[in-house]
Amino acid sequence: MNIIALVKQVPDTETIIKIAPDKKSIVTEGIKWIINPYDEFGIEEAIRTKEKFGGQVTVIGLGPQRVTEALRTALAMGADKAIHINDPALEGSDSLTVAKALAAVIKGMEYDIIFTGQRGIDDDMWMVNIALAELLGIPHISLAIKIEFVNDHKTIRVHRPVEGQTVVVEADLPVLVTCQKGLNEPRYASLPGIMKAKKKPLEVKKLSDLGLDASQVGEAASKLKVLELSPPPERKPGKIIEGETPEQKAEELARLLHEEAKVI
Amino acid sequence: MAGEVWAIAEQREGEFRKVTYEVVSEGRRIADKLGKKLFAVVLGKDIKDKSAELAHYGADKIIVAEDERLLHYTPDAYCSVLYQLVKADTPDIIIMGASTQGKDLAPRLAARLDVMMAQDCTKFEVEDGKLIAIRPIFTGKAYAKVVFENSIPNIVTARPNVMEIAEPDTSRKAEVVDASFSLDDSELKTKVVEVIKDESGKIDLTEADKIVSGGRGMKSAENFKILEELAEVIGAAVGASRAAVDAGWRPQTDQIGQTGKVVSPNLYIACGISGAIQHLAGMGTSKVIVAINKDPEAPIFQKADYGVVDDLFKVVPALTQAVKKYVKK
Repeated sequence: MNIIALVKQVPDTETIIKIAPDKKSIVTEGIKWIINPYDEFGIEEAIRTKEKFGGQVTVIGLGPQRVTEALRTALAMGADKAIHINDPALEGSDSLTVAKALAAVIKGMEYDIIFTGQRGIDDDMWMVNIALAELLGIPHISLAIKIEFVNDHKTIRVHRPVEGQTVVVEADLPVLVTCQKGLNEPRYASLPGIMKAKKKPLEVKKLSDLGLDASQVGEAASKLKVLELSPPPERKPGKIIEGETPEQKAEELARLLHEEAKVI
Repeated sequence: MAGEVWAIAEQREGEFRKVTYEVVSEGRRIADKLGKKLFAVVLGKDIKDKSAELAHYGADKIIVAEDERLLHYTPDAYCSVLYQLVKADTPDIIIMGASTQGKDLAPRLAARLDVMMAQDCTKFEVEDGKLIAIRPIFTGKAYAKVVFENSIPNIVTARPNVMEIAEPDTSRKAEVVDASFSLDDSELKTKVVEVIKDESGKIDLTEADKIVSGGRGMKSAENFKILEELAEVIGAAVGASRAAVDAGWRPQTDQIGQTGKVVSPNLYIACGISGAIQHLAGMGTSKVIVAINKDPEAPIFQKADYGVVDDLFKVVPALTQAVKKYVKK
């Protein structure tokens, strides 16, 4: 089976996000970059699928030089080859454009299934993955927490949690799946894995390889412009509830929630 | 007709989900600021009669697409129908809820139309005749004010539980029309084979009005019983921090935070939760935050409107009793 997993780098979840003086971007200096947590589930699922059915896993990432680190980690986990789309012209591209760049690479490949994270925890747009499926003309299933291959591996059956229920969906391959937490436990790269990864192929693609024009990509071509970034709205300082006993505090809290906050 | 604001409804089992009323109401407010009409668009089956009530929330016209294959949401069917309707009637703005359905549908529709979309918006404004959307990024550690360029229709999804639902005006009437579309079975590549309902009566966290949440301080799965009792009395859903989920005390679907659910209830009671930055990212827009934790240094107290520095195992049961006199029957 030919399996693809998408990889994105995002700031570590511990990062305190600081807005840059231009108010349109964040300060990236000092940020520790990690593999988007949801993409780890995708990489893991890709490798497990290969382990079950044979084949190979290609990981693909788009971004600056530092993305090679993420791709090497995925290779160390067990992926077989990596493709890095790296061109400064792509910086500032909107999600639709990123999807177009990925589609340009993937449409020339043989693939049965594409795994991605359910979203990037940086822009929270939930878009590149699904837009990619649309551009490739393949079905997508999002928020997978359980995946089974049925019908002689020609079809996948996916459990996805929605509000108040779990929906079981089937689609024939090729298909794109976005992965939700709970799908699997991603493995750590082993030392032998890390050593092997250094020799695995990592191909770099530039804009010219994608058949896209500089005018179609990057910030200038973006269809969604950032006017301003701001910190989260300030909350009014709260109060610590006084009382002699826990029971007294509870009474006072209940009273305040009813009379002052009016939420009960 | 062209240039309208369209609010896309979300239905399940013959009823509209709450987010439908939110987007119709917000769509009305946006349409008013822009001097445009608001159309509500409904996809489903046996839903036409029910659709008329969307007029009460501000729809000037209600377009209903009915088909067996639209009963359960699939991206293929919904995207195909909406794409046809959009191409025929060219709205300027499309708003839907940022529910699991909306977050799944909007990106596919946007890509098919070759436009961008703004996901999970918490506020909308109008400036110089343009729609401005404000949306959280980095799971709410920052907010982005965004505007579309060369991207019609502007497609936006609104975070559930945030947009105010208008007071229904039952005297408002609107035309309900049948949508003109065709759906070929060959287009439908994903199929719903089973729907497994969660425990009955369980409110989804992203739509809950009140949430009682537990963290590492709960110490065990069994102890969550005291939170469930409080939740039962005040009509709340029960959530959990990552620590409680990783410990195996609560299911993944209960996790609130940067890699869990993002919630926006009127009341969030955090019990035994320290308030790590990743958890705060998931509940920071709650209207009223209460923290109960015996550690006075817990970061959660920085975000809380009301804090109780004490033993949650004493405070929570006492709170359950104390609120009984205030809770409406």
